[in-house]
Amino acid sequence: MLPFLARRLIVAALVALAVSMVAFGLMFVAGDPAVVLAGQAGRAQDVEMIRQAYGLDRPLPVQFLGWIGRALTGNFGTSLYFNLPVATIIGERLPVTLMLGSVAFLLAILVSVPLGIAASLKPGGLLDRAALLLAVLGQAIPSFWLGLILIVVFGVWWGLVPISGTESWQGYILPVIVLSYYAMPALMRLTRAGMIEVLGADYIRTARAKGLARLRILMVHALRNAVLPLVSLAAVQFGMMLSGSIVIESVFAINGLGRLAWESLLRSDLPVVQAIILILSLIYVTLTTAADLVNAWLDPRLRSA
Amino acid sequence: MARLGLASLMGGIALALLGLSAPPARAGKADDTLNVAFALEPEALDTYKIAGREGLILSRHIYDGLLYKDLDTGEIKPALAKAWRFTDPMTMEFDLREGVTFHNGAKFTADDVVYTLNTVLDPNYGTRFRIAIDWIERVEKVSEFQVRIKMAKPFAGAVEMLADALPIYPAAYFKEVGSAGMAAKPVGTGPYRLVEMTPGIRYAFERFEAHYAGSPKGRPAIGKIVVRTIPELNTQFAELLAGKLDWSWRIPPDQAARLASRIQIVNGPIMRIAYVGLTVAAKAKDYPTRNLLVRRAINHAVNREAIVQAFAGGASQVLNAACNPKQFGCAQDVATYAYDPAKAKALLSEAGLPNGVDIEMVFAAMPRPVAEAVASDLAKVGIRVTLNEQQYAAGVQKWRAGELPAFFTNWGSYGTGDVAFIISNFFGGGADDLVQDKEVIDLVTVADTAQDRALRQENYAKALKKIADQAYWLPMYDFNINYGLSTALNFKPHPDEFARWWLSSWK
Repeated sequence: MLPFLARRLIVAALVALAVSMVAFGLMFVAGDPAVVLAGQAGRAQDVEMIRQAYGLDRPLPVQFLGWIGRALTGNFGTSLYFNLPVATIIGERLPVTLMLGSVAFLLAILVSVPLGIAASLKPGGLLDRAALLLAVLGQAIPSFWLGLILIVVFGVWWGLVPISGTESWQGYILPVIVLSYYAMPALMRLTRAGMIEVLGADYIRTARAKGLARLRILMVHALRNAVLPLVSLAAVQFGMMLSGSIVIESVFAINGLGRLAWESLLRSDLPVVQAIILILSLIYVTLTTAADLVNAWLDPRLRSA
Repeated sequence: MARLGLASLMGGIALALLGLSAPPARAGKADDTLNVAFALEPEALDTYKIAGREGLILSRHIYDGLLYKDLDTGEIKPALAKAWRFTDPMTMEFDLREGVTFHNGAKFTADDVVYTLNTVLDPNYGTRFRIAIDWIERVEKVSEFQVRIKMAKPFAGAVEMLADALPIYPAAYFKEVGSAGMAAKPVGTGPYRLVEMTPGIRYAFERFEAHYAGSPKGRPAIGKIVVRTIPELNTQFAELLAGKLDWSWRIPPDQAARLASRIQIVNGPIMRIAYVGLTVAAKAKDYPTRNLLVRRAINHAVNREAIVQAFAGGASQVLNAACNPKQFGCAQDVATYAYDPAKAKALLSEAGLPNGVDIEMVFAAMPRPVAEAVASDLAKVGIRVTLNEQQYAAGVQKWRAGELPAFFTNWGSYGTGDVAFIISNFFGGGADDLVQDKEVIDLVTVADTAQDRALRQENYAKALKKIADQAYWLPMYDFNINYGLSTALNFKPHPDEFARWWLSSWK
């Protein structure tokens, strides 16, 4: 298991570095950051001033290496837009995203896995069809629209929850529902498909023949095998939720990492973008590595891979 | 920011649903708090480094300048300076007001003016717009309450700039904490002080009770202001209709019409204008736009009246001169080009292009439907446009490099009512000038630096006439914006896009 772990970690670090490098380059392809920073009223001489002030006139590799070097010592620099340390800005927004993403992920798992299992017991049955309907709707309804409808009904008509912002915990209710609903269909369908496949396998028939309790067969013997692809998918979904749904954060005026990344890209706030990309790629890499480890633990055959 | 077509359609459905409800309009009147929403995040509140309007609005509530312009009367009023005069054409002297205190209790003196302005003059400080300060050579202290500004060059916009655009910081504090400290905890003399801030997210203000007597901004009627960033307009509407928001702006015309029966919609014209710049200069490639007949054909081909009616609405009007008619020096007796596709075709034939011509047009910071309408009008007379949308930065970069025959965008003149802030940029021979007409450059340069208003007016008029005759631009229209307000709020919009909440009150 240890060499496996080491191999995974090295790959993970390389992935994070590569993502960071590509992102850095792309920022410059998308438009001269100095021009973006100067704003729409910025004249040529303002642009020149900014280019020099922020060291944007140096060769790209020099800028990138400089950034990496400082980042390794924990110094992410200063936001060009807010003129505050990047760590401060991200410190304000990361907890919001972690909170939203984790709760939504938990909710998605708690709803979709049991529903998937239940649907698999009687494919084509009433429950299966109801679950399918729910999944299709979840896949088809744009999340910003669902968000707005929930806002109208629960925020404006009934006044039960805040419409936007996260100043109170109630502000999280609607966005958590929308974000988790967005992730549910895939998780549920995959659980269902996996369970149906496994339940038809020989060893389950054997288990049944041995007279094991139905619940025990389902939860121990079947689920453990059916859950393998689910773990990988769940890791990616969780990563997506943590990287913040820009759409949901926009609709509910939630100031998380996703929207900060998007806004910072538009305003060429290089230090913030770089730091977020590093954090997000680390999150993704950690999650997928964790998923691999969980799968390797669940299924010893995977450990040699 | 461009949104998906589907997004606005679905948003429209949600908005229509909103109309079915009947919530009470409570708003912030009850707790004397003006609840404000911006779609864009304000920048760090060091005025000298702010490019975006949101941050500038907030900073004008925190800081004061030496002078103040009353936009309703056009009058320049004393602010931190109680009197001023030109002692010679290149020297200004200011008598400062006594008894003014900063939010941190520090007393305002000449040292604050001298230190603030001299600091931001330093190129290393990184003042965002050189135009704001590059006319100042240095600032000297004459006495405890008197300062002198030595100008680096004649600049007709000097007084305009000193009117609230160049705020005065408390010297001791500013010296200690620098720009980053001002950003983290701004301290000024303004009518409101910042009491709480989550950068880019939430800003809470309270009336500064010690704001100096005799301030042109006056004592605000509203005690508290809370500003939040709500990026999605539909969410802003929901907040407005639920009575949790009192002030929002830049509401598109179609949505404003739908909201008008439920909240207070106020429409006002602004300085910003839309235009299509055409590349003429010799250093650029041999674009068809170098041909006067083609440029005139472009001007005749686009049905600007219809476009304004369909997309801009409100108080917007078709422009003929390359400036906003509200600006000083924006002469209106220039050549006009009526919508006349037949004439446009004839002009193209005369130019030796009976089969039409292909050009690329980039649009930035303009709605796609408007750009498409322009392109389709041009296509009708045989000017086949390859239309590309770009971020403003990318577009303006190509423009400055001479890589674009046509650039459709807009310009806000820094919210300033003087043509110096528009035609000097585009026709004064600088980097944005892709015409490089020697005669126009000379006219504009003289007008920009003269103190004599009649001479300035005459020169700008001549320049604008030549610009229109030569059809160097396709001037489109001036913008207007819709404000969505609580029905309990008195708010007066101003064309410089600076919200003045210190003038607002509850009904």
